[in-house]
Amino acid sequence: MSAPIYSLKIGGQAGQGIKSSGQLIAKVASRSGYHIHTYTEFPSLIRGGHNITQVLFSPDEIAAPLRQTDLLIALNQDTITRHLAELVSGSGLLFDADKKFRTAGAAPGVRLLPVPLAKLSGGQELLINTVAVGAALALLGGRLDTLNDLLRAEFADKGDAVIRPNLEAAAAGFDFAARNFAAQVEPRLTPLPDRPRQMIVNGAEAVALGAIAGGLQFAAIYPMSPISGILRVLAQYQAEYGYIYKQPEDEISAVNMAVGAGFAGARAMTATSGGGFCLMTEGYGLAGMTETPVVIVEGMRPGPATGLPTWSAQSDLQFILHAHQGDFPRIVLAASDIRDAFYLTRQAFNLAAKYQTPVVVIIDKDLCDDDHSYPVFDNSDFKLDRGKFTSDFNPGFARYYIESDGISTRSAPGTGNFFIANSDEHNQQGFSSEDISDVVSQQAKRLRKLDTCAQTDMPAPQLIGPPDAPLTLVSWGSNRGAVLHALRDFPDVNYLHLTWMSPFPTTAVTSQLSRARHIIDIESNATAQLAQLIAAQTGITITDHLLKFDGRPFFPDEISAKINSVLHPA
Amino acid sequence: MQLSDLATVCSPNWCPGCGDLAIWGAFKSACVSEGWDSTNTALVAGIGCHGHLLNFTKLVSFEGLHGRAIPLAFGLKMSNHRLNVFVFTGDGDCLSEGGNHFIHACRRNPNLKIFIHDNAIYGLTTGQTSPTSPLGFKSKSTPEGNADFPLNPLALAIASGATFVARGYAGDIPGLSALMIKAQQHQGLAVVDILQPCVTFNKEYTHTFYRENTYQLDGSYQPTDKIAAFQKAQEWGLKSIPLGIFYAVDSPTYESRFPQIAATPLVDHSPDRPDLSGLFRKFV
Repeated sequence: MSAPIYSLKIGGQAGQGIKSSGQLIAKVASRSGYHIHTYTEFPSLIRGGHNITQVLFSPDEIAAPLRQTDLLIALNQDTITRHLAELVSGSGLLFDADKKFRTAGAAPGVRLLPVPLAKLSGGQELLINTVAVGAALALLGGRLDTLNDLLRAEFADKGDAVIRPNLEAAAAGFDFAARNFAAQVEPRLTPLPDRPRQMIVNGAEAVALGAIAGGLQFAAIYPMSPISGILRVLAQYQAEYGYIYKQPEDEISAVNMAVGAGFAGARAMTATSGGGFCLMTEGYGLAGMTETPVVIVEGMRPGPATGLPTWSAQSDLQFILHAHQGDFPRIVLAASDIRDAFYLTRQAFNLAAKYQTPVVVIIDKDLCDDDHSYPVFDNSDFKLDRGKFTSDFNPGFARYYIESDGISTRSAPGTGNFFIANSDEHNQQGFSSEDISDVVSQQAKRLRKLDTCAQTDMPAPQLIGPPDAPLTLVSWGSNRGAVLHALRDFPDVNYLHLTWMSPFPTTAVTSQLSRARHIIDIESNATAQLAQLIAAQTGITITDHLLKFDGRPFFPDEISAKINSVLHPA
Repeated sequence: MQLSDLATVCSPNWCPGCGDLAIWGAFKSACVSEGWDSTNTALVAGIGCHGHLLNFTKLVSFEGLHGRAIPLAFGLKMSNHRLNVFVFTGDGDCLSEGGNHFIHACRRNPNLKIFIHDNAIYGLTTGQTSPTSPLGFKSKSTPEGNADFPLNPLALAIASGATFVARGYAGDIPGLSALMIKAQQHQGLAVVDILQPCVTFNKEYTHTFYRENTYQLDGSYQPTDKIAAFQKAQEWGLKSIPLGIFYAVDSPTYESRFPQIAATPLVDHSPDRPDLSGLFRKFV
């Protein structure tokens, strides 16, 4: 039986420090030995609007955001109005005692916790959130000195003038709550002994770390929600780790720069969201045609057009699988959580080098922005793969030599080797060619790489739960967490999670799904894009779908309700 | 190194008399003179008649997409800045489809050499108006005459921050070859707009037109003043089309701003980073 998960939510306007407050609480929890998992909602605005951060913490790992709220910290009326219904008997509502917030309609048993936030902050608007964090910490039995350490580290470069008022604000909130709500203190953040220190990372950071670990040498990334966090980390560490990050003029340039770097022999990447990927589609096929390694990270958000810039979706799968004219091999992998985003990105660099073709790692907004705690990543087991590559001069070098596995030996400019990386169809040296034998043999050679990849590198998909089950769930990407959380209550149900979209594990999926008694496909899009892929690859048509396309993640209770509706029809 | 070292199995397929033949010839003689070969040089081209040059020149190269030669070349240059990187592009490729890349390359000043095969027409698609076609120009896409004013590549380059801006003419092979060498010797972004006739589709900008109306900038013109250069770039008319270096100033190259490649090109750094515990600890 898993330990209970505590859910704290803080809400207010953009500019009130909602996200940073959530991160502070998450860090206190992590340093106190708890696993954490955050979930943020914010509009595409710099100031104003409605922002919330949910911080979950538990002695055990946490798979997904939850709908319940045990403590709501409201810095404005909007937070109360929108989230009051999440509070149940025993939940707490912490708000500014001096503001005339309306709390009517709270469920019976909800504890009202008024704290004079503005007064305790000494009238300093920017300190209100720190007072609230201090008060919450006291209510949860946490340690003020842990928070103080974090505040000192957070503002180290701003000096005492910023550190001291923050420490005072935290202490004021902490003391007030400890004094006035002594009977309500719960031991939720009481330090756990002998817990190893954990990393706190979001998916954008994990992708950046995975890229550095995978041997990244050149990245060109145009800013776009939700992947801008990737370039922030890459830009920060470039000098230290000896790679280059470049902000290009647009996504067309981004992918072409990365392809140019790949041609030079550098391990190269770009990242974008669906709209930027629209612009990258021509460069995507260019990498395929010229057999140039490149890693593309695609962070999905709801579309089309500008869509919902700061919300999440899984609606770009079919686009990524089909973008660009003509046929070329593409390797497409979808990360299921933040740790997976690290390892898949790292692996993507090896796959790109080995198969000399674009590798897309799919993530989404929720993965990009949410923080999770994990044991510190380990890179010592990683073996860098350059694939078939030669620096030796060969006067008869044939860059696109026909190989049975589809993979020709690559070289780079500066070696003396002559070849043309040619966007036109070409012969084995790369000269433009329209000869039937070249056209057919080069096209077939390129596509063979995908078969080689499927046989050599593609693992079987993960089946969780018993092999034979009355009900089989199928999903992908970040839905995995919510599905796994829901399955705690359904040990008989199994779950097929898919990571490899191209090449596709056709045999394994066919075999698993053909024995399934009832299949539910769970996706965050309106057209069941994974089910379309499964039908195309296996001939198996899934008719029962749980689709959500409101920009919000699946919550475990939604999946439980769907399972119950099948197992126990009314 | 001899001209024959640059020969490939492919023979030029440009129209007889095409300016591309002259540009190709001028470039090859510059290669021989300067020792540019596949150990120290790489070529990048876009799409258009100019791009065929790669098939006829035995130097390692990348033929990219229409309009995208510049970002491709930029990624190559940043990854191995010891290489001479020449970008061959056309007026349609560089100034229409690739206009955004062109202005941003100019403002960054990477050590790239951009040679614009400027024939004021789309040749490969059999004769449509290009961004440098004059107002009123009749073509397949503008049968009643071009309604767009032409773009001025030199003024655009100067305004965007290019540090070497020149105009050459495909009818003067030795002069063009010398200009290409000067462009390469310049440290920073060099743009050479090369006037060339399209003998098949452009009946206005012919060899006769260029021979009668161009003149060479002489020692009385100093190419170090940006305003004067911009003014000189506006000159275009009968008997008044200047050729030569309009603008050339020293400025740090883009590559020189990255300490991580000061000593060693990026591709010579080991990408193997087995111990990242220090980096991971920053997230604890």
